[in-house]
Parts: sequence; structure tokens; C-alpha cells
Amino acid sequence: MQPDPIQGNTEATLSVRGLKKVYQTDGGDVEAVRNLTFDLRSGELACLVGPSGSGKTTLLKCISGLMAPTEGEVLLDGKPVTGPPKKMAVVFQEYGRSLFPWMRVRDNVELPLKNQGVPKAERDRLVDGALEAVGLSNVPRSYPWQLSGGMQQRVAIARAIAYQPEVLLMDEPFAAVDAQTRADLEDLIRVVWKKLGVTILFVTHDIDESVYLGERVIILSSSPTVIQEDIRIDLPEDRDQLNTRSLPRFTELRHHVYEQIQLAKKGHRPAAASSGEETQLKGQHAG
Amino acid sequence: MKHLRNAGYILGLPVLLVLVWWSSTLGAVNFFVPKPADLVETFGEVWFGDRFFSDVLPSLARLVVGVSVAILIGVVGGILIGSIRWLRALLEPTLEFFRAIPPPVLVPVLMLLMGITDSMKVMVIISGCVWPVLLNTIEGVRAVDPVLSDSAHTYGISGRARIRYLVLPSASPQIMAGVRQSLSLGLILMVISEMFASSSGLGFTIVQFQRSFAIPEMWSGIVVLGLLGVAMSFIFQWAERNILRWYHGQKEVENAA
Amino acid sequence: MSSATLATGGAAPRAERPRRKAGKGAANQLLGVLGIIGFLATWELIPRLGLIDERFLPPASEVIAALVVDFGLTAFWIAVAETMKAWFLGLLMAVAAAVLLGFIIGSSDFLRKATNSTVEFLRPIPSVALIPLAVLLFGVKIESSLLLIVYASFWQVLIQVLYGVADVDMLANNTAKSYGLGTMARIRYVVFPTALPYLMTGVRLAAAVALVLAITAELVIGSPGLGREIALAQSGGAISGMYALVLATGLIGVLINMLMRRIEKRILGWHSSIRSEVIV
Repeated sequence: MQPDPIQGNTEATLSVRGLKKVYQTDGGDVEAVRNLTFDLRSGELACLVGPSGSGKTTLLKCISGLMAPTEGEVLLDGKPVTGPPKKMAVVFQEYGRSLFPWMRVRDNVELPLKNQGVPKAERDRLVDGALEAVGLSNVPRSYPWQLSGGMQQRVAIARAIAYQPEVLLMDEPFAAVDAQTRADLEDLIRVVWKKLGVTILFVTHDIDESVYLGERVIILSSSPTVIQEDIRIDLPEDRDQLNTRSLPRFTELRHHVYEQIQLAKKGHRPAAASSGEETQLKGQHAG
Repeated sequence: MKHLRNAGYILGLPVLLVLVWWSSTLGAVNFFVPKPADLVETFGEVWFGDRFFSDVLPSLARLVVGVSVAILIGVVGGILIGSIRWLRALLEPTLEFFRAIPPPVLVPVLMLLMGITDSMKVMVIISGCVWPVLLNTIEGVRAVDPVLSDSAHTYGISGRARIRYLVLPSASPQIMAGVRQSLSLGLILMVISEMFASSSGLGFTIVQFQRSFAIPEMWSGIVVLGLLGVAMSFIFQWAERNILRWYHGQKEVENAA
Repeated sequence: MSSATLATGGAAPRAERPRRKAGKGAANQLLGVLGIIGFLATWELIPRLGLIDERFLPPASEVIAALVVDFGLTAFWIAVAETMKAWFLGLLMAVAAAVLLGFIIGSSDFLRKATNSTVEFLRPIPSVALIPLAVLLFGVKIESSLLLIVYASFWQVLIQVLYGVADVDMLANNTAKSYGLGTMARIRYVVFPTALPYLMTGVRLAAAVALVLAITAELVIGSPGLGREIALAQSGGAISGMYALVLATGLIGVLINMLMRRIEKRILGWHSSIRSEVIV
């Protein structure tokens, strides 16, 4: 296994620097995320996997500006994130609860643009393009709840695309759809990513999914979270559900990630975890 | 055939009830129960004349103004209080107490403060009807889905747009439930304020009939109030169906699953 | 698809958010108490500063003092007892009638359809329209109060019971058929538990309505109870006394709400969710 250390502070679109999040509760402080540092280069598709309760959602909320980190910072194009940035869009797992049920599909996709004051003609173009891209041109007049789960998630993706973000965050977006729909949606993400050149951070608990989708997989340790490992996925650029998944290299990578997650679940932590800072970036050789 | 059966279901029992009433008043004259024909005749005489303008319309105007202002205050206040956490914690127990006060006791209180005036009667309606709308709106605002709220937030929908596109529609089912309670309460308060302290209006007129033992006239007044209640209920249902179409559709889908 | 999904991964995001309920609850209660104190202080200041004449709005301290005096008077407690008696009897009669009729009508498709238009017509009639009739029939006796209370509360419960039984119908058709339950078993295990939450909602709503109508009848007709005392205090110029009685009705309202919620919780403790009002 030869994980490729990811360098690139120079052209990083998204930088997470020494991120720490401690929740204050009555039962004392709970350290959800201890120390996370990583960069996403422009146009990268990275998957974030970790055992359940590894602070994935906390991390995503800090990156998206919905929650302030206790320590450290998140930089988007070199500027610190203090609230939800304009150049970022988030797709949540709960598709049924992230779309406005009182608005038709088209209005849902259009609303963020309308709110930005994008002119009508431009808006129409973007919305049509986005609906087209996710294969929903035929249902703009429906309400979200009239659609299947997978289609609802497509609407949420269309809304994110139409918003023209530089960075697209996805929080376990396919965890609640059935297996076949999930495969379709995974391919959709690859297509959209290639077409738009957007930077994607895809959070998942599904190991296969992370390896299949990502150019890079960041494995989180169990809570309090640090980076367990950061590996490059050297699978061919063109992926498809049948062939890619049967490649020996796919199996190897999947095996490796699985092993790391198991280690993380058992509480094994990377040597560098306590000393923190940049060390995790160098990756480490397991197995 | 199907329409005929539906018509039968809708009209059957009412027709039956009227027949029972009619046949039971055929023989001996009961002082308290007028004959159907008498009542219909009296109804026309009493309510389709000057009284319509001197008593019915002013009552209706007070009702409409009072309920509208109450809904407006309730929704605006509810959104404000519901959106600010500490404000809600500060005010909720006090508001719950106000809601628990039976609204009719406001009549003597406001009579004292404002005298027997039109604005007093409107004020009675406002101060009685505002609570269900206010508290339901607070509840509705509080129940905005956190995921939906996060979604709106990440897309930069905040401030006015957040209220317009997220908070208000999201709270609308609870708001409508409050409005429904307010409507029936408003009608009650309109009548009471006129019965208790007035020289005109529907409530006053009906009590006058009763005091002068004008029984068919009294009954016709009761019928007017009943029709008013029914009309308001139908208008509300129509409005609710339109405003909450998405909500009922969503519920149906959820229930079918 | 052979995804190596980690166990319970799907539900993770919810569980990750730690709760901090208890501390917040205490802080909220403190704020709530502050709110009440603030309200009383404002009330105290308005007449003291002369914003409203003290003769029409006595300061809070005076009214509370009058209420404390009331608490020591037998006449006050008699009035409370009269109001509560009318409330309880009226509610009981309304619930009994509504449950009986609701189950009969609800269990027959024909009856439900045939009565629907009549119910929808009678329900919105404001019960205060019956005040003149009550006066003619019963004068200032408790029966006047009961007529209004029963009419108003009856519909609240009936509608909920009808909803509940309609809910049972679907469930029963789906489950009872597949398991072949007998009639008694069906009532015991399907009809009753399904309709109960609806019934409780109806009773809770009816309890609040019944109090409103009890006070109304006493106020307008003059049947015995707190409402009549309020009218008498007002016309007799005992202004602090009137406000004290208004406070008392509010306290009774709060107590009834708390009581009904507690009963509902107790009875439906086993139930997954206590239903909020349906929009009907």
C-alpha cells in the first residue's frame, strides 16, 4: 500500500487547520473532534469515512460554517469561514427534511438564487441546467414529497449545483436511499463533479462508497477525532459500478480502508495524534 | 346514481329532523317551540330589513376587525417570541396564564377600562382571540425542522427571507389550528360583549327578544348565529385547504407509506 | 450490492449531538419566573405612574392582596365550588354522550356518512347562541350553565372520537383480518388503544372549553359561580375584588390544563406519542 501524501497548501481551496470541537454539557465537556488538519485542492473529490460517532457531522457543520469550532479554523480560498459561505453548498442526508415541502421542485432549486438576487433569465438557465444534470427535467411542477427518496435527493443535488458553489459538502447523502438508487446517485456525483470541476467533500460511513467515489479517502479515528489516515485512490478516472468494483485494486483499497476503520473502532490511534498539527498530512503506512 | 346517493347522505338526516320538528308542532302549541313555517317567516321579517344594517353588519364588522387584528398580532408576536430563545423562556409562563384566563371575563374588565364603546367590543375580541394564534405560532416556529433550517442557512437565506420562505410556511399548520380556535372564540366573544354591554348588535337583539318573550324571533336569532358559525367554518375550511395543500398532501403520502 | 457498511452508521449524526437539557431547563424556568415578576412589576407601575387611573386598574399588589383575602372567605370557595361543579358535571355529560354516540356512529360506515352533514352544521354553532334559550328554560340555575357547557364540549369530544374510530377502521381491516381476531379481542386490543389518544385529546380540549362556557354562563346569565361574582364585583364597584376574581379564573384555567395534561400523560404513558391537536 502506498498512500500518497497529499500536499498542496499552495493551491488549497478548502483548508481545515487544527480544528477542535468541544461540546459543553452538564455532564462535563465532551470532546467530539480533537485535532483535524487537511486541505482540499481545487477540483478534488475527497471522501471522509470514519466509524459511527467519529464526529463526521460535527466536522461538516464546522466546515460549512453552521457551527463555530472551539479551536482552529476553516479557510475557504484563504479566508476564514465564520458563517455559511456563499461559495459553499451542503447536501444533507435527510433529503425529506432538507427540501421545502411547501415549494415545488423548481421553486426549491430556484430559491437560493432568488435570494441572492440573480436575475430571472440567469436563474431560469441555471435551474434548467441543474434539473437537466440530475435527470429531473420532467418533474419541476411536482412537490418534493410526491417524489421517491432518490429523486428527492436529486432535487437537493440540483439545488446545490444551481447555486454554483466552489465547494460541495455532502453529509452521508445516500445513507437513506435504497441500494440501486444509491449506485445511480454515486455515478451521478462522479458525472457532475467531472462536468463542473467543483471541489467535493463527501462524508460517508460506507467504505465501498468512499473508495468507489473518491480520488482520495480521509479516514477518521474514533472520537475524539483525529485523522487516522489519508490515502489517494489510484483507480482509473472512468469508473463504473460493475468494472471498477471488480478491479483487484478496488478490493485492495477497500480492504485497507476497512482495516483502518476496524483499528479506529478498537481505539487505535495514529502515532502522531497527540502531537497533532501537520504530522498527519504525511500519512502513514499501515499493513 | 352515485350523486343521488351522496345527496341522500347529505340531506337525509336534516330532512328527517325537520320532519320530526314539523310533525311534533302540528298539534298542541308549545310556547317554546315555534312551527317551522312560522320560524322561516319570522326569520325573513326580522333579519332582512333595517336590522340587517343596524345590528347584523356592525356585529360582523367588529368580529372581522377583531379577529383579523388578533391574527396579525398573534402571528407577528409569535414569530418574534418563537425565534428568540430567551424571550420565549421569559414570556411563555406568563402567556400560558393569559391563555388560561377564560376570555369572557375580559368583558367586564375592558368595560371598566374603556367604557361601553365599539372599540371596547373589538378589544374584547382581540384580547380573547390573540392567545391561541400567538401560542400556536410560537409552538410552530419552535418546531421548524433543524435540518431544513440548516439547509436554508447554508444557502444564505436569513433575516426577512428566512421568515418568508422558511419560518412562516413551516409554522402555518399550527398557525391555522390557532386561527380556527380564534374564529369560534371570536364569535362567542362578539355575542357576549353585546349581550353584556350594548344597545345594538346581534347578541343584544337576541337577548331583547328573549326578555320580551318574542320566542320565534329569539329562535330566528339563534338561527342567524348558527348560520354565521357555519359560514365562518366553511370559509375557514376553504382557506385552510388552499393554504395547507402541501401539508395535507405530505401527510397523505406519509400515511400511505 | 455488497457494501461494507459500518454498523449503526446511518443513525450516527443524531447521536453525535450531545444533549444539554437539564441545565437549560432550570435556566428557562428561572427566566419564566422573571417574566412573571416583570409582568407583575409592569402592572404595579402602570397605575402607580398614573398611566391608567387606579380606580380602573388597581396596582398588582392591591389585587393580589384582595385575592389573598378571598382565599380566606367561604363565599369565595362556594363560588369556586359552584363553577367547578358546573364544569365537572357538564364535561362528564358531554364526554359520556360523545363517547357513546361517537363509537356508535364511527363504527358504521352508513351512520358516519348519514350524520356527517348534520354534525358539520351543528358543530360550528356558537353555544352562546343558546343563552336566551337557557334563560327561558332554566333561569339562573346551574342547568343553564350545563346546557352551554355540554353543547360546546360535546362536539370537541365527538369529533375526536370519530377520528379515532376511523383510524381504527383502517388498522383493523389490515391487522385483524390477517390475524383473524375475534370481536372482543379486536375491541380490547385494536379499537380501544387506537381511539384512546384521540379521546384524550378531545377531553383535554373540551375541559378548557367547558371552563370558558361555565364562566360565560355565570357572567351573562347569572347562574351561581365565579363569573357571577365578577359581574357583581364590577357593577358594585369592588374593582380590586373583580381583578382578584379574574386572576382566580386564570389560576383555575392553568390548574385544569395541568391536570388534563397529567391525566393524558398517565393514561397514554405507554403510547409512543401524545398527539397534538389535529386540524379538523
